[in-house]
Amino acid sequence: MKDWFKSGSPWIWLTAGAVAVSVLAVAGVMALTALRGLGHFWPKPVIETTYKERDGSTIGLIGEIREREEVAVRRLREAGFVIPGDATFTDRVLIKMGNRDVSGVDFRWFPLPLLGEQTKPHDVITVERREWGNFYGHLISVKQEGQLVASGEEAWAQLQERTARAQDLFMQIHKLEKQEIGKVNFELERLRLSERRLQLEDHLDEAAKAALTAKREALNQQFGALQEKTDALRKQLARDSFVARVADGREVEVPLAQVADVYRANTMGLFDKISHYAKKLGEFIWDDPREANTEGGIFPAIFGTVMMVLLMAVIVTPLGIMAGIYMREYAKQGTLIRIIRISVNNLAGVPSIVYGVFGLGFFVYFLGGNIDRLFFPEALPGPTFGSPGILWSALTLALLTLPVVIVATEEGLARVPRSVREGSLALGATKAETLWRTVLPIASPAMMTGLILAVARAAGEVAPLMLVGVVKLAPALPLDSFFPFLHLERKFMHLGFHIYDVGFQSPNVEAARPLVYATAMLLVVVIIGLNLTAIRMRNRLREKFKELDSV
Amino acid sequence: MSSLTQTAELPKLKISTAVPESAVPLKPLEELDVALAVKNLNLFYGAKQALHNVSLNIPRGHVVAFIGPSGCGKSTLLRCFNRMNDLVDGCRIEGEVQLDQKNIFDRSVNVAQLRRRVGMVFQKPNPFPKSIYENVAYGLRLLGVKDRAQLDETVERSLRQAALWNEVKDRLDSSGLSLSGGQQQRLVIARAIALEPEVLLLDEPCSALDPIATAKIEELLQELKSKYTIVIVTHSMQQAARVSDFVAYMYLGELVEYGATREVFMKPKRKETEDYITGRFG
Repeated sequence: MKDWFKSGSPWIWLTAGAVAVSVLAVAGVMALTALRGLGHFWPKPVIETTYKERDGSTIGLIGEIREREEVAVRRLREAGFVIPGDATFTDRVLIKMGNRDVSGVDFRWFPLPLLGEQTKPHDVITVERREWGNFYGHLISVKQEGQLVASGEEAWAQLQERTARAQDLFMQIHKLEKQEIGKVNFELERLRLSERRLQLEDHLDEAAKAALTAKREALNQQFGALQEKTDALRKQLARDSFVARVADGREVEVPLAQVADVYRANTMGLFDKISHYAKKLGEFIWDDPREANTEGGIFPAIFGTVMMVLLMAVIVTPLGIMAGIYMREYAKQGTLIRIIRISVNNLAGVPSIVYGVFGLGFFVYFLGGNIDRLFFPEALPGPTFGSPGILWSALTLALLTLPVVIVATEEGLARVPRSVREGSLALGATKAETLWRTVLPIASPAMMTGLILAVARAAGEVAPLMLVGVVKLAPALPLDSFFPFLHLERKFMHLGFHIYDVGFQSPNVEAARPLVYATAMLLVVVIIGLNLTAIRMRNRLREKFKELDSV
Repeated sequence: MSSLTQTAELPKLKISTAVPESAVPLKPLEELDVALAVKNLNLFYGAKQALHNVSLNIPRGHVVAFIGPSGCGKSTLLRCFNRMNDLVDGCRIEGEVQLDQKNIFDRSVNVAQLRRRVGMVFQKPNPFPKSIYENVAYGLRLLGVKDRAQLDETVERSLRQAALWNEVKDRLDSSGLSLSGGQQQRLVIARAIALEPEVLLLDEPCSALDPIATAKIEELLQELKSKYTIVIVTHSMQQAARVSDFVAYMYLGELVEYGATREVFMKPKRKETEDYITGRFG
């Protein structure tokens, strides 16, 4: 035994164990988020059954079984359920019943023994709506302007056809509103601002006024025309509807304008399910969110996260590298620089929310407020840069990650062999030339490492962003087709905040929970993606200088 | 048995302490044109004095070797000639080193320019992590030379002078770090002579090399001395004997003896020199 200890094997086991635990933890996190998040998009069968209420009446149920868990019969009896038999444990299931507008409840737990026979009827349709969540029911008929068009099996074909048409119209309207009407609105706002500017500068004479009015008139006309166009489209969109029988036997008419997607989950084959899954996953990644973020996609959040991190990288890299160069190459290595170095290292340990508070106070209120007063007086009292936005978020996170970049840069510079520096100086290079042509290229992989760490840290930060720019729902992306294209003053959405918002601030927690996992999964993927890009760049640099270790 | 035959096939190296007779008889030191003149040089690292009142003349177009035990100040003296000691914190210099009658420590001297006139090769080969071509072109690029033809011409000439051209002419674009140690050292020499310096300083250029590479470098020095004044610091007495025309023996920061190599090695004037050369000390 003693020999075994002396041999060092226990030490190897201990260290290897630590690695194993770390790997397991990471794999566990990834597996859990993937499992719970990605499963959400798989089409689930819709069951129909009956349930005996506590008062003895029987109700019909149509919905998806979302969860099943074991529960003590005694507990159920105490809660007032009448459970027959003498088993100690039984199951209960969570059913997503949908039809929030009809029945009022979306999710509900039912003790399994109280449910009747479960069937999977073929004519049950799952309808994803733009409002009120899912709808489940037996398809009865399809109507056009109130007139019956088809019923029975024929209705399904008609419904699919007409849904596709409605989708198409909806996209047209959406595009019109977002792009053309958005553009007119943008121009109108610019006009208002230029009028105000002229007024402030006291240049608003009659001629200018007339010109502005003429322009406004033209824009308003354009707006009216577009409005008419959308109205016409809307009317077309409202043409069709379908009738379905819901769980309690009522027949409900649903306009197709509300329908985002419709499918018969119980008749889908494996191939249908896979293509449905791929479609849903695509929508999740590329669509805008709807219904208080609990449905639809998260594209603005992905975009916001990536853009904020890139912006942060653009700010922190030159700043950190320059600071590192000064501290290592030019500053006299005395007490002062030691104090600065210690301070920089300590900055890395300051809680991120403190940076958030600082960012709000300094960047948003002070800097932003002054920028508004100096450059955007026409918009006051409405803030331009004086309110939280993506620029301030990026700056705050740049500050947060600055120490990492500085330290990495310094270490990279310190590792450049003295002999190489001397070689360059001996050829008549000045210190600056040596730095630019030889030292910095050699130290560049280390600087990239600093950037990688900075990106990893910044992409995962949420707390400070809540103070300096992140919102639950941003009306527009910070990058669009309107001049000046990059709108750094705009608020943005962020995956980390989205997780918090959907998970804890959502009106429909049960419906949103899988989305929390899916979003978390996506956040991890985005961070890994950003990191891999940076790591690839670093490795390419490393490859270039790798033989230098032998010098 | 086979190992023995293999050994027999290895190239024979000429290692001897015997000083070869030079074809052209050397003129005495005093009659030669002076490239570098060191006058009463004292050098301090902080409070510690590393060079004591050193004076000597380096003759143009010859090879001068500095020998002496470790820490005797020979490298320090060498590094004065292109002011590499400027980089050392707390280094203070008194006295003069004259290049063409002008003190190189003078305030008006442009250090970068000085270093272009006085090139240096270091103990360990230190090519830049760039291509072979860019390594050699480095100095010219610093001067702002962009003309491709001129660069090509200089790179080829320098590599030929450094006896490296034939080995690397097909892979000028591969990294300078991919060469062997001896090739790297010749690359570094090519890099230095690309600027056509007046003086070439070599600080123990062969100490990191194997005997074959060493022999090649020594051969090269013989070629180069027709064009450049060469000052070499070496630990190896044999090397000093083989390559140098004049030799300076230093001990504890002082110049003990300086004279024609043959004389210093055959009949040293000072007892200390004799002790060191004969290996009784060192």
